[in-house]
Amino acid sequence: MHICPGAAPHAAHGRAAVKGSAVRVDGVTRRFGAFTAVSDVSLEIRAGEFFSLLGPSGCGKTTLLRMIAGLEHPDTGRVFLDGRDVTAVPPNKRPVNTVFQSYALFPHLTVFENVAFSLRLRHAPESEVRRTVEEYLGLVKLLDQAAKLPALLSGGQKQRVAIARALVNQPGVLLLDEPLSALDAKLRQHMLIELDAIHDEVGITFIYVTHDQEEAISVSDRLAVMNEGVVQQVGTPSQVYESPANLFVAQFIGESNLLRGRVSGVQDGFAAVDVAGLGAVTVERDKPLAGGDRVTVTIRPEKIRIGRERPEGLKPGCNVLQGVVDEVIYTGFQSKYFVRVGAETLLRVFRQHVTYAAEGPALAWREQAFLWWDPEDGYVVEVER
Amino acid sequence: MKRGHGALYAGPVTVWLTVFFIAPLLVILAYSFMTRGVHGGVRLPLALDAYAALANRVFVKVTVSTLMIALATTGLTLALSLPTAYFIARSRRREALLLLVIIPFWTNFLIRIYAWIAILGNNGFLNTLLLHTGITSEHVQFLYRRSAVILVLVYTELPFAILPLYATIEKFDFTLLEAARDLGAGKAQAHLRVLLPNIRSGITTAVLFTFIPAFGAYAVPQLVGGTDSMMLGTIVARELTVTRNWPLASSISMVLTVLTTAGVVLFVRANRSATEQARQAAMAQRAEALGA
Repeated sequence: MHICPGAAPHAAHGRAAVKGSAVRVDGVTRRFGAFTAVSDVSLEIRAGEFFSLLGPSGCGKTTLLRMIAGLEHPDTGRVFLDGRDVTAVPPNKRPVNTVFQSYALFPHLTVFENVAFSLRLRHAPESEVRRTVEEYLGLVKLLDQAAKLPALLSGGQKQRVAIARALVNQPGVLLLDEPLSALDAKLRQHMLIELDAIHDEVGITFIYVTHDQEEAISVSDRLAVMNEGVVQQVGTPSQVYESPANLFVAQFIGESNLLRGRVSGVQDGFAAVDVAGLGAVTVERDKPLAGGDRVTVTIRPEKIRIGRERPEGLKPGCNVLQGVVDEVIYTGFQSKYFVRVGAETLLRVFRQHVTYAAEGPALAWREQAFLWWDPEDGYVVEVER
Repeated sequence: MKRGHGALYAGPVTVWLTVFFIAPLLVILAYSFMTRGVHGGVRLPLALDAYAALANRVFVKVTVSTLMIALATTGLTLALSLPTAYFIARSRRREALLLLVIIPFWTNFLIRIYAWIAILGNNGFLNTLLLHTGITSEHVQFLYRRSAVILVLVYTELPFAILPLYATIEKFDFTLLEAARDLGAGKAQAHLRVLLPNIRSGITTAVLFTFIPAFGAYAVPQLVGGTDSMMLGTIVARELTVTRNWPLASSISMVLTVLTTAGVVLFVRANRSATEQARQAAMAQRAEALGA
């Protein structure tokens, strides 16, 4: 899922030949004292993929990244690069480079020398150093800042230097540890698009650590959602968003309505769930369910339609509820409705503003409203027996 | 700060330094150009005798020896204090470890030197231990030689090097070392190329704080040194109190002051130009790249 395909401005440099490495993490665990930061995590990241590790702070995503970089050692488990076991290989011997959260630019070296650092370490000839550094400074559009010390750069510029410095050695994998967290929202959006363009151009594997679900969803080919040191779900952004594997994923990614109830009947691909105060709700049966199971169901707010009149001509099985608008929040491109259904349920409904003619006048506070959604849009995320 | 207030703030220090530093220095300078009194002290007329007396082999030898001892002390002190300061800065018990560094100051300087005599003397702890364990059959001459002077000087200067080094290392961002490792540097390379340049100010301070007092040392060579470890400080004291040649004592002091000042200026300048050169090289590279 690329934001701007073909936006690579330096396609003439011919770096397309550089291939990324595949990363495999196998049963990796890392403890700090009594705290288990990463618990038996296994992942396969394909060569050239833009892969994100997404989760709240303290979920172990950075520790996992540091183990791939070699900056941290797993207590158990192995790390493979292109099938080669690199668990015992020190960071300086791994074809992997990192963009650190704090950038970690060398304050005593100019932008040029920061980027040249790894080339100088392997005593590359001066002409090669200059050519390569300029190529990568060009890639991040910082050629005119080459002689400055990092202290004189803005946050966004420092970020670019860090990216150029990590790419200059042509690693098989680029690791990015919350690279945008120190930037303001506008710049973050912009850098995200640029990162994606850079990924398209250099063609290597990107592993991107973030706690921001929007960032992860918008740029990743695939992502892993983590919580408390455990991978909760791995999939494409739409898989993770549309069919969350469990309650945590459903709540962490995007907004959800959660309904708790008991399975009252099972038929074909669907199940009827009795929710207190709402009556029966039909949901897709994507997990083995039996009558009497206590389940949690999630429905995305934008999947629920809202209207003044009872809708007609709906598919059989479509859920229709009636409620009262409790709150309306107008956000420009959409309105968020909070609709009270039954005594204790408040459902969130997002309605996109397309054209006035198509939608008619908006519903107002205290108005009666009908809500309806397809059974396919309701997911069972948790089952207790 | 408002303009013009600077002089006011700096006033007390200026007065203090003028009265207790510059004035005595001028007195010594004046004495060095006078004639020696019969029983010490100085008298007119002005003369260059005190400087003419410096032109002999013994004085040159002592000057060179002083310089060697001070340089060796500085080198050893730095070599010991850098890892120590690094360890303290990375430790979880910094406060306790820093306290250990400072504790010796609670004991008088002279007493600490005598403690070393008790350790190193022919009947001292170390020799007793060596004889009793049978490692040696005769006592080893530790004291009254150059190595003893250097050892005790290193001991006395260590805290003055550890503290400024600790202060800069403690502020150092250790992710930079990880970044260096990530970019392909081995452990030693990362420290050499990233840690050292970034704690340069601490190293400069440590070197100055060690070299200057070591170069002017008097008590240590006097108490634990021998004939091979005469230092300028020792002969200044001798000329002042034994030979009672005050102009000569003054001229030697002036030599000491001039050499120290010259050394400090050269060192600081070399240090600064290294940083400056790196910057200019980068600028030149950049200009060239733009031209090409």
